[in-house]
This record gives sequence, C-alpha cells and structure tokens, in this order.
Amino acid sequence: MVHLSRLFLLCILGCGGLLLALPAAAAAPAGNDTCLMCHADKDARNGQGQPIAVDPARFKASVHGEMQLTCVMCHADVADGKVPHADKLKPVDCKGCHEKAVAEYRGTVHGKARADGRTLAASCTDCHGTHDIRRAKDPASPTNHVNLEATCSKCHGSDAYVEKAKLPGGNVGRQYHDSVHGKLLAGKGPERQMGPECTDCHGTHDIRAKDDPQSRVHRARVPETCGSCHDAIRAQFTGGQHGKLRQQGMTGAPGCNDCHSAHDIQRHDLPRFQLEAIKQCGNCHQDFIATYRDTFHGKVTNLGYTQVATCAACHGAHEMLPASDPASKVSAGNRLKTCQACHADASASFASWDPHANKHDRARSPLYYWAARFMEVLLIGVFGFFGIHTVFWFYRSLRVRLAAGRPHGEKR
Amino acid sequence: MSTAVEVTGEQPDSVAAVATQRYYRRFAPIERVMHALLMLTFVGCALTGMPLLFSDQAWAAALARLVGGFETTTLIHHLCAVVMITVFVAHVIRLCYRALESGNALGMLWGQDSMVPQPQDIVDIWLHFKWFVGKGPRPQFGRWTYWEKFDYWAVFWGMFIIGGSGLLLWFPVFFANFLPGWMFNIATLVHGEEALLAVGFIFTFHFFNGHLRPEKFPMDTVIFSGVIPEHELVDERPVEYARLVREGRLEAIAAPAPARGALLFGWVVGGTALALGVLTVVLILYSLVLWRPRGGRGLFAAVGRSPFPAGPPGRVGPRSSTRLATMT
Repeated sequence: MVHLSRLFLLCILGCGGLLLALPAAAAAPAGNDTCLMCHADKDARNGQGQPIAVDPARFKASVHGEMQLTCVMCHADVADGKVPHADKLKPVDCKGCHEKAVAEYRGTVHGKARADGRTLAASCTDCHGTHDIRRAKDPASPTNHVNLEATCSKCHGSDAYVEKAKLPGGNVGRQYHDSVHGKLLAGKGPERQMGPECTDCHGTHDIRAKDDPQSRVHRARVPETCGSCHDAIRAQFTGGQHGKLRQQGMTGAPGCNDCHSAHDIQRHDLPRFQLEAIKQCGNCHQDFIATYRDTFHGKVTNLGYTQVATCAACHGAHEMLPASDPASKVSAGNRLKTCQACHADASASFASWDPHANKHDRARSPLYYWAARFMEVLLIGVFGFFGIHTVFWFYRSLRVRLAAGRPHGEKR
Repeated sequence: MSTAVEVTGEQPDSVAAVATQRYYRRFAPIERVMHALLMLTFVGCALTGMPLLFSDQAWAAALARLVGGFETTTLIHHLCAVVMITVFVAHVIRLCYRALESGNALGMLWGQDSMVPQPQDIVDIWLHFKWFVGKGPRPQFGRWTYWEKFDYWAVFWGMFIIGGSGLLLWFPVFFANFLPGWMFNIATLVHGEEALLAVGFIFTFHFFNGHLRPEKFPMDTVIFSGVIPEHELVDERPVEYARLVREGRLEAIAAPAPARGALLFGWVVGGTALALGVLTVVLILYSLVLWRPRGGRGLFAAVGRSPFPAGPPGRVGPRSSTRLATMT
C-alpha cells in the first residue's frame, strides 16, 4: 500500500499539470494527475521509444478507476515521489490485493508454465487487460461471458501462437468457434447467455491440464463437467453400459468427449456428427464395425449418407446396454420394436435378420459363412479360368496378327 | 469338326473386295434392342451399385455424389433393375413362344442352334487352348461358341441370383413375411459378390472376347447392326457357314450392309458403355489392390485428437491476435 502523505505531496507537485492536461484528465482521480502529465499524451514514448500512453478515460471507466485507485498503488516502485521515475519499472504484482486469485493461478496450467520460465503462458493482464480492467459481469470486459472466446482465442485460436507456444490440442479456438457451443455463443438472442464458453468447462483461476486429476476436464471428471448443464443426459449415461463401466473404475470406458470431441462438438442430428460417431464406436468395437460395414446400413453411411440406421439408431446413444440386458434396445424382447422405428411394418421374422452377421464366423452365422465361401470359390474359379483363357488368347492373337501383318489374317 | 471344313483361306481380302462385301443376318432386330437395353441397364446398375460395394473407397463416395446422392443412385438402380428384369422376362416368354411356334423345342435345347452347352464345346475349349500354346490349328466354331454360351448362361444365372436377391433387399418387409431373417444376410452378400462377378466378367472378358481382342479391336458391331460380313462368318464360324451352304439357307439370310444408325448407336452408345465399363474395372482393381481392413481402426484413436478432421477455417473472434506482441 502506498503511503498517503507521499501521494498527497505528489498531487501538489502535479497541480501545474492540471491546467495543461486534457479535459478527460481533469476527471481522473487527483492522485494520478502527476503521472498523466506525461502519460496522457497519446504519443508519449519512453527512452527506448516504446509507447507509454495511458488513456485516462479508459482507466476511469475501469474497475480500478471506478474505485479511484491511483497509479502508484499498482506501480508501487514509483511511490518514492521522484519524477521522472526510473526508466524501467518492475512488473505490477496483482497479489498485493488479489492474493487468493493469484495463489489459485499459481496452480493452473498457465501459472505452472510461467513458473517453469515459459513466458508465453498467460498471466493476469493477458486475460484481464491492464489499465482497462473491468468486472467480469461488465459486457465490455474481456472476461465477460460473451468475450471470453475471443480472449482465450488470442492464443488458443491463433495458428501462429499455437505453433510458437506448442499449445496442446492445436487450434482449439477455431474448433470451438464452429462447434454447437460456439454457435450458441455467436448467436444474437438470449441463447447467447446459454452458450458455454471456455471457462465454463475449464474454470478460470483453476484451469488445469487435462492429465491433472484436479482438472475439470480430466477423463474421470468429464461427465460431471458436461453434466453440470446436460444433467438429463448424464443420468442416461450413468445408467448406460459406458457409464456403468466408469463407475466400476474403468476410466478407459468412453466419456462424453470420446464420441463428441472436446472442442468441435456438433449437433447430434447433423450427418457430419453421426458419420463420425460411427467411426468412434468402431475404434473400440472393431468386429462390429466390420460386420456393420457388410450391411446395407453400414455401406450407405460409409458413403456419407445418414438416411439409414447408424449404431445409435439401434443401440441408443447414452443409454446403450448389452443385448443380454432386457432393458437394452437390442435385447430379444425389444429388438422388433427397434426395427419398427424405421421399418414400421416389420415382422418378427424381419427382426431375426442379423445386423452383425460375420462371414468369417461359422458358429454365429453358419449359412452366411458357407454362402461366402461358395461365392469366393465361384469368383476365383470364373476369374481364374477366364483370366488364363484371355491372357493366352491375347498372346496367340497378337502373334498371329504380327506374323500376318494384315487386318483379317487370323490364320497361323 | 475342326477338320470338316477348309474354307478359311478363301475369303476376299482386298479393300475392293471388302467394299463390295456381302452380309448375313446374325441377330434379329428384337435381339439387338434387348442387348442394347441390357447393356444400358447393366451399366446403370453397375455405376449406381459399385459405390455401395466399395463404400470405403474415396472414389465410391465421389461417384455416388456425382450421380446425385443416395436417393438418386437408389432410384436409378431400381429403374434399371426393373427394365433389366422386364427384358429378361420378355426373353423367356419369347423363347417359349418360339418353341411352340416352330414346333421344334428339342432343337432349341440341343444341337447347333441351341444355347445349351454341347459335348463339342468341351472339345472346342481343349482345341482353343492347344491353339493358344501353338500346339494345333485354330478350332472351327459353329453358330455359338463356348464363350458366347457362357456369357448367355452367366446372365441367366445372374438374373436369378442378383435379380432375386435384389428384390429381397428392395422389399425386405414384404419378403420377411415368408422368409427367415438370415436370407437377407445372404441376399446382401450374394447381391454384391455376384454383381462384382458380373461386372468384372462383362467389363473384362466379355469386352475382350467380343470386342477388344486383336481380331475385333476396337469393337464388333454385329450386335448393334445385326449383320455379319461374309468374310467374318467364313473365318470365325466356318462350321456354321458350311452348314448354311449345305442346307441351302445362306441366301435366305443375306442382308444389306449395316444401317448407318445402328452403326452410329454401336460406336457412340456401345463405345460409351465400353469406356465406362473399363473405367469401373480400373476403379475396382485399384480398390482391390489398395484394400484396407474395414472398420476405421485407429483413424482418430490418438488420445487428445479431435475425432473430426479440421473443418473449413473459421473465424476465431474479433479480438484475435491484436495484443500478441505484448504477451512475452
């Protein structure tokens, strides 16, 4: 804290400047007038030629200006009253007032990186600004809900910066911007307030790397974080097989972001998401994606069209359960109803079709297995015979033609 | 039979002789129309069906998009299938009618005019292979060669297998009223595999045997014009020529030179079918050579990577990178 009597002295010294200063400067707290004698000049530069201008109006509009703080409260090393002050000032330390916030920051991924000497990592001013710091609830604040995307994207949405600082996840700002969350936030209406921005998932002064168990986006905590808004879905997920496996301690079981991605989350009814979700299922369920691709459904979706059944169409999305569970959409009791969702007049016989028949699995699909073997023999037989037949014929015809050297000379 | 006739050296060879060429009728107009319809619908089914069979290939998605997307390819596939099945049914009806009308059903089932394989065909295959390797003279063929009969019966068999399984897959709910579910698994399999066989066969061996081999290159127009030049009849089907002469029927099938329209159709439409077919075979071979196990294994499995490929570059917000310089 600055000694008030010294400050007062500075004020008196600055009285002359009051007359010369801009009208806006006159509105600034009296204690700052001395500083503004030099710094209010828009073109003011220090000895190294760097701009040192401070806009008094912006400072006044800031939360610190509103509280009538003086310059030297932050720039404490000017407080000895000597003007002009030393050419190089110490960096401002916010801890003096914001002790708790700074202590929290030290534990974040940004704070740790700074402590490791990686100066590209964000500090207080990178998010909050300097002389123009505003309250987060102020719509003009860079930390306001509607501005946080742009604030984080200064680094995490810049290809050049991502590369320079080797930021994890790449250009997540761009991915987020095109996501369903980003589109909500970019909207004009009241939905804008509903669109989650970066800090809603990652936290503010507690942003941690995703491999940190305390992180809100750590594998084990993702369903909880997403569920803070999507609580109905979280309940479904918890009752589904993936959720059950997680409760048994298998954090390797898929969580929200394994199917939906972290930043590039798309609407579930968009083909782009549905087609990619099939591939995500196939990453783990490899046998089943292979047999699915043997079916008409699997081939049509593979071509990029979603008018046919996807994995989730039959199995459900968050609530999927193994076929052995009577509550499953594909259990013996529910299967027909599931088929009828698309094939309205489907019969029990129709539903006995095997969506995952495996032509290499004689035990599961014996007739299908033998049909596949028969077709293999047929194709190899026909192509083999006529392949040899054609190669020999071509060879002989060519020789005959070359020997005869005339258009219809087919004799040997 | 290969020693029965000795006429192969007598056909006219000079340009003048070809110009005054005599022609004989080989295909009736209805047969040419049927072949043309079969050809067009076959190419139509192939181009709209192959993308599904090779759905994991980039060209398949591109081709499906080019034709007009899933709904359009399905519509074209079904339309072509209906026309093709109609042609087939018309052909079978015509066979029955001819058998009744001529009163010689046996002649259609056996003998030189029959499409039914004869013992002589086995001999011809053997002799043909001997000629291929230079161990004998070229065999003397009759009205229908063994490879032409194979083509014919391949279509016949294919109509039942592909057509039948195709109808099952088109109307699964209806057919499931009296067929078990596993039939649809097998229908999917055989429809695709048999189609691959048919497409692979027609677009390579049929094209080679009928059109692309050195004696015919680039195209044999007989199926479009319906008439065969005398020298070809004598040279390629000497047994048939001799039989026509012997039975005094040769003059009865003498025909005028090929109609311009028929030849134009053959060159343009037939040539297009030929080109599309060869392209399809190239794509199939490309896919089979570059075949990857299906299932998208590991495509986006790397932990932390977005499962979605980078979309079009989007804006990152109005304030991006404005203050980067101060962030050191």
